[in-house]
Amino acid sequence: MNIHEFLVPPAVFCQRTGPQDRIVMSSRVRLARNLRKLPFPAWAKKPDRLRLLEAIQPAVESLPQMDPHFSAAMDDLTAFDKQILVERHLISREHAAKGAGSGFVLNREETLCVMINEEDHLRIQSLRPGLQLKACWQAIDELDSTLETKLDYAFSPELGYLTACPTNLGTGIRVSAMLHLPGLVLAEEITRIINAANKLNFAVRGLYGEGTEALGNVFQVSNQMTLGESEPQIIERISKALNQIIEEEENARSILLEKKPKVVFNHIGRAYGVLANAHTISSKETMNLLSLLRLGIDLGMFAQLDRSHWDEIFLLTQPAHLQKQFTEKLGADERDILRADMLRERLRTVPRPQPPK
Amino acid sequence: MLCNVCKQNEAKVHLTQIIGDKMQKVDLCEECSKEKGVGDPASYSLAELLLGQSLPTDEAAPEAAAAPETETKCPACGYTQADFKKAGRFGCSECYITFADGLGTMLKTMHKGLRHTGKVPTALQQAREAVQKLKTLQKRLEKAVAEENFEEAAQLRDEIKRLKDKAPA
Ligand SMILES: [Zn+2]
Ligand SMILES: [Zn+2]
Repeated sequence: MNIHEFLVPPAVFCQRTGPQDRIVMSSRVRLARNLRKLPFPAWAKKPDRLRLLEAIQPAVESLPQMDPHFSAAMDDLTAFDKQILVERHLISREHAAKGAGSGFVLNREETLCVMINEEDHLRIQSLRPGLQLKACWQAIDELDSTLETKLDYAFSPELGYLTACPTNLGTGIRVSAMLHLPGLVLAEEITRIINAANKLNFAVRGLYGEGTEALGNVFQVSNQMTLGESEPQIIERISKALNQIIEEEENARSILLEKKPKVVFNHIGRAYGVLANAHTISSKETMNLLSLLRLGIDLGMFAQLDRSHWDEIFLLTQPAHLQKQFTEKLGADERDILRADMLRERLRTVPRPQPPK
Repeated sequence: MLCNVCKQNEAKVHLTQIIGDKMQKVDLCEECSKEKGVGDPASYSLAELLLGQSLPTDEAAPEAAAAPETETKCPACGYTQADFKKAGRFGCSECYITFADGLGTMLKTMHKGLRHTGKVPTALQQAREAVQKLKTLQKRLEKAVAEENFEEAAQLRDEIKRLKDKAPA
């Protein structure tokens, strides 16, 4: 079975809902783990990496939590396959760049996936829609506890789990949530929020992680410190910060609606106008306008459009997911035309936005 | 003995810290220890921090003094300090022992604390608990012997033996 047959179709994928998913698009917990005394992936020679993969991949595949699964070596996946996985947030862009000696294992529900020989020997991820950090932690903790009986983890009582980069040392945990914050962006409050989060030692990044821009007003908030605090403490701390940001976003939206309703309706109406009528549109412009459309949905301005519908459009307009709908290989210009065709078709039966009553 | 920090006053506070498999000793005068907050158990690792690489380590010191030019290489993976400076990442898990000197200074800028307080692999946790239990039993045994409570002592000896047999050395 190839990865395209394994992954659930976008329409099904986007039916998933979770707590606070009006603002929190998804939650993720990642653990970094390594094997004792063996060279970390970046320092390991290719034969070492292949041996490591040979040892780790079957151990991961044998986990009851990963049954059934999709499992592959990165050199068995095409650039297109990898891009699909990046757009689904199942692998990092760094991992997509890996070839022989790296691997990937994903469970049926697409809630647990393991990157083998990314920056560390293992990067285990637990994913959930909406704000579900505790559930993510419970699932990943259980998986990790089973895996530790099969692999000889590098662990020091004083320093915890030993990682390639000392910034991940200790718990090796990265807890993150993907937030949609159009209200704070429109109210020009987002810089203040990002600075406040940074002061609390949380990182704020764009849609695809490290060094990416916040396309579509989507921001990823994650912890940076991994040593000196337990996993539940870290989750508790970031949950508090996230709830504050959610509250700020809701506040920003109410204030905008109260003080500058015309500005808000204008943005949303124009976004609808372009998306429903364009004949060529880039992925970047699409994401930014779709963000406003989603805000319109949240505000009750679209009678016939719901969030799962929106999620599907958002995913299907990403370059690889768009390409997947066509057999012939598309150039960027052709993609922009076909993206616009698809958006016009999808929005054909959606009446234009009405100010909320 | 003079204080390691100011190198003027008599050292009154003596700390030992084990990092990886190396032991580091720090001797501070009262003033310096207060100033650096060493008295506070929460910032215990400060001792290692504030002195960083300049600290003599018990076992490495003699060789280091004899051959100051040779660059430290990780025995497990061949990584050097220069490699670390370039990449900002280590070569393998053993590097944390090889390059333990000065590690605390760096970690302090990155993290909330210098000691892991999170999850511990179960097998390790159980081994740790067994050691703890053994210690408690041994104390009780000493006490029983001292009090000439031979019946209890015999029981405790049996229990200790059973525990030792179960746990791999
Ligand atoms: Zn002094
Ligand atoms: Zn090493």
